[in-house]
Amino acid sequence: MSVPLEHDYIGLSSEAVPSMEGSERSSSGGLNLNLKATELRLGLPGSESPERDNGVGVLKSLLVVSRAKRGFSDAIDGGSGKWVLSGNGGSEAELGKGGNLFSPRGVNGGGKGGGCECNNQNTGLGSPVLKDGVVPPQSPKPLQEKKPLLSAPAAKAQVVGWPPIRSFRKNSMATHSPKNDDDAEGKSGSGCLYVKVSMDGAPYLRKVDLKTYGSYMELSSALEKMFSCFTIGQCSSHGVPSRDGLNESRLMDLLSGSEYVLTYEDKDGDWMLVGDVPWEMFTDSCKRLRIMKSSEAIGLAPRAMEKCKNRN
Amino acid sequence: MYFPSKKKNAVYVSPIKQDIHPIDFSLPTEPMNHKRKNPDPSPDSDEPTTQLSSPFPDEVLERVLSLLNSRKDRNSVSLVCKDWYDAERWSRTHVFIGNCYSVSPEILTRRFPNIRSVTLKGKPRFSDFDLVPPKWGAYVHSWLLVFATKYHFLEELRLKRMTVSDESLKFLALSFPNFKALSLLSCDGFSTDGLASITTHCKNLTELDIQENDIDDKSGKWLSCFPENFMSLEVLNFANLNSDVNFKALERLVSRCKSLKVLKVNENITFKQLHRLLVLAPDLRELGTGSLLQDLTPRQHSELKSAFNNCKNLNILSGFYEVTSIFLPVLYPACTNLTFLNLSYAALRSDELSNLLIHCPLLQRLWVLDSVEDEGLEAVGSNCPLLEELRVFPASDPFEDEILHGVTETGFLAVSYGCKKLHYVLYFCRQMTNAAVATIVQNCPDFTHFRLCIMNPRQPDYQTDEPMDEAFGAVVKTCTKLRRLAVSGLLTDLAFEYIGKYAKNLETLSVAFAGSSDRGMECVLKGCPKLRKLEIRDCPFGNAALLSSFRKYESMRSLWMSGCKVTMDGCRFLAQEMPRLNVEVISECGNDGCQADKLYVYRSVAGPRKDAPPFVLTL
Repeated sequence: MSVPLEHDYIGLSSEAVPSMEGSERSSSGGLNLNLKATELRLGLPGSESPERDNGVGVLKSLLVVSRAKRGFSDAIDGGSGKWVLSGNGGSEAELGKGGNLFSPRGVNGGGKGGGCECNNQNTGLGSPVLKDGVVPPQSPKPLQEKKPLLSAPAAKAQVVGWPPIRSFRKNSMATHSPKNDDDAEGKSGSGCLYVKVSMDGAPYLRKVDLKTYGSYMELSSALEKMFSCFTIGQCSSHGVPSRDGLNESRLMDLLSGSEYVLTYEDKDGDWMLVGDVPWEMFTDSCKRLRIMKSSEAIGLAPRAMEKCKNRN
Repeated sequence: MYFPSKKKNAVYVSPIKQDIHPIDFSLPTEPMNHKRKNPDPSPDSDEPTTQLSSPFPDEVLERVLSLLNSRKDRNSVSLVCKDWYDAERWSRTHVFIGNCYSVSPEILTRRFPNIRSVTLKGKPRFSDFDLVPPKWGAYVHSWLLVFATKYHFLEELRLKRMTVSDESLKFLALSFPNFKALSLLSCDGFSTDGLASITTHCKNLTELDIQENDIDDKSGKWLSCFPENFMSLEVLNFANLNSDVNFKALERLVSRCKSLKVLKVNENITFKQLHRLLVLAPDLRELGTGSLLQDLTPRQHSELKSAFNNCKNLNILSGFYEVTSIFLPVLYPACTNLTFLNLSYAALRSDELSNLLIHCPLLQRLWVLDSVEDEGLEAVGSNCPLLEELRVFPASDPFEDEILHGVTETGFLAVSYGCKKLHYVLYFCRQMTNAAVATIVQNCPDFTHFRLCIMNPRQPDYQTDEPMDEAFGAVVKTCTKLRRLAVSGLLTDLAFEYIGKYAKNLETLSVAFAGSSDRGMECVLKGCPKLRKLEIRDCPFGNAALLSSFRKYESMRSLWMSGCKVTMDGCRFLAQEMPRLNVEVISECGNDGCQADKLYVYRSVAGPRKDAPPFVLTL
């Protein structure tokens, strides 16, 4: 799946975009790209690039996917805290070459020409950086102000089956959030209600903490933001990047319109439409969320109603 | 001893430790009927063919060989001569099949008539990581159908990565009157209804071990299906099932089964309930706790502590889904004899782990989450001198969670300084250096299993920015006993040159996001004489590498390559040249010259699969 380029996030300072474009459009080679990438800043003027956690150097050439990644996360965290999805260096040219940035199958795809060196094109992983718009409680809420990056690692794009942990264990990780230092009693999982959110056509999942929302509206708008990049153009595994820029109203249309519906899996394992039950009941019973194409969601509604009836 | 010369010229490859050697099946498998019609030993047997061949009557030979348990030994024995081959096959009671498609149940049952216990492994290991589409295969049912007639007295079935249906479980429960032990690990396709069939019908059940399966967990009713007079259970593991079981039924079960040695409950069992169970079963050797989140009153605390104190035989502790600090001290009395502590579902802090480990001086195996951080691992190094195995799993999904916990080279180093007997490690970390690994293997040169996962793909040595080649070079040069290796981090072909050159005992190699060219894989194939399983994902290895030593694949159990650069043409060529291999491509597109997304190659005497789904192309 290729990702549209100037995917700039709603409300993100538009001054960031031109700087992105300016630096990216000119780059073509892998080396240039990476340097550009690490120079990239989306934050307010004057924001500095924080130290990278692991001190990875900048100049190692072709094998720098991870660095590019960190560059972006630095930039992003130095900036708004919202995420910007962009390509490897973000250049349209890169994407146009069909570099499969994320492939549900990890690193693979038709666009894998080139040398044996791992260059940005070949890696389906990590080049674009996604930072979750909704972050775990101890991180600041997504705001326009920058937050210091030092403690948080780069958010990375998921690769299927990596790290190599059995699904069973991964699912346990998903439901039991790790302890944090603030939690004196050492209870894990208290105060958080993480559920995975997947979207049809999107190459990876996100997680949201339902406790940070008070209503369906809040949840819905957060999800729209989170998945907005995937709704631009038609997302498909071998799709061509959309040439349309992101348009806020188009996003809203897509999600509040008829193209996608939000569904959830409840404790019984049934898939229900979101919004039918009171919010509290929903957070109690929701195990995971899925943004489904409307065409696939036919038949959910009646069940949801029936189930509610049975419950009452 | 008579060694027929024909045997010496028989085509075979050197005995493989764990598989029934498929080539062996080319030897005559028909039983020598005149020896076997009468199952009672006849000391006066005077079959002319045996008089010259062996100083022992067959029955004696069989008795002797029946004492052999090691698969490797049995394989060797079966190759000595025809008589030994026969004696071995008659005396074998347990069979291990590492790849269910390498042999058919018909061939198996023809060769080994007296099997009581079967271990079957199905899907390629990378299916654990969602790299194999669902409905790929490895169905146990066809095996059960044959076993029902040929192994009517089957007692044990251990399945790993097989697809098992509720129907199959019911069939199993009804077809084998002596059935005793069922173990399902990483399997899929069944629900708790299937378990209910087992618990309802297997009157002699001693073991029910349900681990980490993709199971449709409908309810805990299966537990209540054990009959009220049922008492034979020795092993019960339902730790990974989520539905509530009826606790009273569990209590009654535990109190009836006086031989219960292993009890692993699920996370719905509270500590109060756990207390009752411990009081009923103080002789447990292995305990898996439930959820230990509630607050304890002082009285409850001391009761529980005393219950643990009474468990003098406890060697293995696991479970710990959600545990509070308050709870841990309750365990301390039980830790004195602990040899294996599995904390891999408990996100402990370093101080909590440290306090616990002080009480575990005899610990040999430890599984933890990386929430314990390097400090926790320092505590391991300080408190566990007898440690042989360490597994450190990531506590949070590194791709989704913002929280930076985890372990680094520091923790691993600390363990290596303190635990000289360490020989098995599985280590998920966020950074590593070549120097650290070199020191680690100097401290612990006896590694047999070295599985290092630097979680960020292609990450170099974070201090020097160099590839991690030298780290794994040090591992293979120093650890001459190395049998299993998993590599990670930024690696060029040099790492694989080292592996090919030095890893002479290597049997399993797992590679991901590594290598620079075909040469890497070529070095491994040319160099590692004992290689049995090679699994590769997302590496720049193509047809040249695949075909560089293709004859080798017949001496291996299997090869997996996904996300690499092999094409359909290359795979077809392999299939053509090596008819005794099954060359399967899991494919999204079927054109020539198209990339072969996922390639799975394995030797087989059963021929191509008859049950392959449409997306599996057998070339």
